[in-house]
Amino acid sequence: MGRVNRGWKGLKKSTKTDFATYLGVIAAFVLVNALRGGGMLSSSLTGQLVPICCYIVMALSLNLTVGVLGELSLGHAGFMSVGAFSGIIAAMSLQRAIPFAPVRLAVAMAVGAVFAALAGVVVGVPVLRLRGDYLAIVTLAFGQIIKDLLTCLLVGYDSDGLHMAFNLSGTLTINDLGLKEGGIAIIKGAQGATGTVTIASFAAGFVLIMIALAVILNLVHSRSGRAIMALRDNQIAAESVGINVTKYKMMAFVTSAALAGAAGALYGLNYGNLLASKFDFNTSILVLVFVVLGGLGNMWGSIIAATVLYILPELLREVRDYRMLVYAIVLILVMLATNNAAIKGFFARIFRREKGGAVQ
Amino acid sequence: MKKKSLAAMLMAGAMCLSLLASCASDPGSTGSAAPSQAPSQGTQESQPAGEPSQGSEPSATGASGTFKLGGIGPLTGGAAIYGNNAMNGAQIAVDEINALGGMQFVLNPQDDEHDGEKSVNAYNTLKDWGMQALIGTVTTGPSLSVGPLAFQDRIFMLTPSASSTDTVSGKDNVYQVCFTDPNQGFRSAEYIDEHMDVSKIAIIYKNDDAYSQGIRDSFAAEAGNRGMEVVYEGTFTTDTQSDFSVQVSAAQSAGADLVYLPIYYQPASIILNQANSIGYAPTFFGVDGMDGILTMVGFDTKLAEGVMLLSPFAADAEDARTQSFVSEYQKRHGETPNQFAADGYDAVYIIYEALKAANCTPDMTAEQINDAILGVINTISVDGLTGTAMTWATDGTVNKDPRAVVIQDGVYVTP
Repeated sequence: MGRVNRGWKGLKKSTKTDFATYLGVIAAFVLVNALRGGGMLSSSLTGQLVPICCYIVMALSLNLTVGVLGELSLGHAGFMSVGAFSGIIAAMSLQRAIPFAPVRLAVAMAVGAVFAALAGVVVGVPVLRLRGDYLAIVTLAFGQIIKDLLTCLLVGYDSDGLHMAFNLSGTLTINDLGLKEGGIAIIKGAQGATGTVTIASFAAGFVLIMIALAVILNLVHSRSGRAIMALRDNQIAAESVGINVTKYKMMAFVTSAALAGAAGALYGLNYGNLLASKFDFNTSILVLVFVVLGGLGNMWGSIIAATVLYILPELLREVRDYRMLVYAIVLILVMLATNNAAIKGFFARIFRREKGGAVQ
Repeated sequence: MKKKSLAAMLMAGAMCLSLLASCASDPGSTGSAAPSQAPSQGTQESQPAGEPSQGSEPSATGASGTFKLGGIGPLTGGAAIYGNNAMNGAQIAVDEINALGGMQFVLNPQDDEHDGEKSVNAYNTLKDWGMQALIGTVTTGPSLSVGPLAFQDRIFMLTPSASSTDTVSGKDNVYQVCFTDPNQGFRSAEYIDEHMDVSKIAIIYKNDDAYSQGIRDSFAAEAGNRGMEVVYEGTFTTDTQSDFSVQVSAAQSAGADLVYLPIYYQPASIILNQANSIGYAPTFFGVDGMDGILTMVGFDTKLAEGVMLLSPFAADAEDARTQSFVSEYQKRHGETPNQFAADGYDAVYIIYEALKAANCTPDMTAEQINDAILGVINTISVDGLTGTAMTWATDGTVNKDPRAVVIQDGVYVTP
């Protein structure tokens, strides 16, 4: 039986979708690079490539928490900021140790992922005992707390290594770190990370998306993934068959946080200046919008939603002052359209007809 | 049933679009009093010349014979008043210069929502448009993200009002029209010490904001050098800027007779309100972020009576140039321009003078213009609304005299 069913048609539907997702991402990468090489890509689009990659990974990772685990998290930008700032600190202080930028970027992204995962554990242990609205509120609070803490952080680097201070009184400045001659200020409290050497690249963004996809899709289709989804569908039933609730919730939550951290590191290293206030509630909601529009639990949907919704406001610069108004209207229309039975039925019919034609 | 709901959706979409279309075609119907709507009039009335050449064909530069100036600032969102004022002011300067008949300019203002990421996107959009010099960014945070790009791409960048030292440091082609933050803090302390009779000072500042923290640091340092007594320092963040009762009453109980507010005008308006409600009436001293408080919607300007601020521009100044600028601005936008409008206006004239001095022509590339301007910028001296005989050091900072103004009867008056 196995032998007969080998090949594309014999694969499970979910496996086909996964392959199509990987292939789509690779095709998009090749296409964009070809256009770039031919000088066909505007600088506006070129500049958006890295942030788009970051937001795609953010959407994918949040989709793991919201779509697969079924818990509403409103503090996802908090993990992004932990990853961004730890990644920047790593990249800036390793400048001499690792002169080759791509390797330094990879190390920074790994550091960002580790620190965000740690934050995920710290937040996850108490938070995952809560459910539904309560969990949403606590994650929201986490996002705020981490933003305020990062605002107080002073970090510098000199020949003695890293110097850190916590500016709780609000009266310390970067000069209080006592940096030696030739030292660099990496994070200046409220001024954020200033003077960051930007080493982020589109290729790194592509690799990160592929890693995120591989991690998430493999997790979802594994035995653990089925346990996680069982928790989403009915926690009591899942517990009754012996699924360890805390373990599987933590697994999904921490994986999600780690990926967000890596995306944050890439994002942070794409801009010369990064403020902690960038990662506020609005950013969390923005990513949540990508996830909801793309479809809960639907990874390729998240990728497309993040890309389209990121580029859209930039394309709308033509209409000037009405930009944000148009953006909002488009959002509402897309929401309506994707949930409209008539439109869904329309596409389903076309699909069926094509399929039918192919069989005949 | 299904068809009906589909039809309903299409109808809704069509109605939304027609709503938009009617908005766009009738700029005159927008209320002229609201500052957030004023710019739409300005850009639409005064930009027809720029529209055709904008967008698809940046190569049209040489043919049309106009210099393309990019502008970046927050035109929407919380800091919109700064971006709109700066861009409106710059547009007035562009129109004045164009009317002279010599060099021709076109200004393309882009919105950055006071966000570094959006600012970089705006910058790239302008690059596609064929920008030859950049007037921006208006606010400090975004300037730190855009600055390194302008430095790399060799596009001359002149910021009207991004006041951090980090904005210009390490980048040879980024210049400022405004004072740097340390300069503002330093000058405030100097002015208070030399001109005012106060003994105890309280500071309320926003410690998650680069601008506010920067000014506070240099003010505190200079106040320490001069032996001025700072009795209280209160902080707040973006999330806590709706209530200041704690900070205001602490300043009162510390006996401060001057409250230094190196912050933007929105939180300042709340502080003034709350101080008034508990009967606390010290002298309030602000910096350029305080500018704009008089045109704030829903704020009782009586509360700002007697507030002092360090501002290089006073709309009531007697000189003819300020007078004509203010009346032109009022005619176009129905409100009194603030310092940011003057900064934007001056920025265009500075570029104009520099281009003239360097004998630039519109067919030069952004990089050639950049190099040409860098050759002359440290030697020219420009008279503007925010200062006479402004000159620039090689690090990009400006030399001009600071001025303090006091609010009396709802207008700035030189004390």
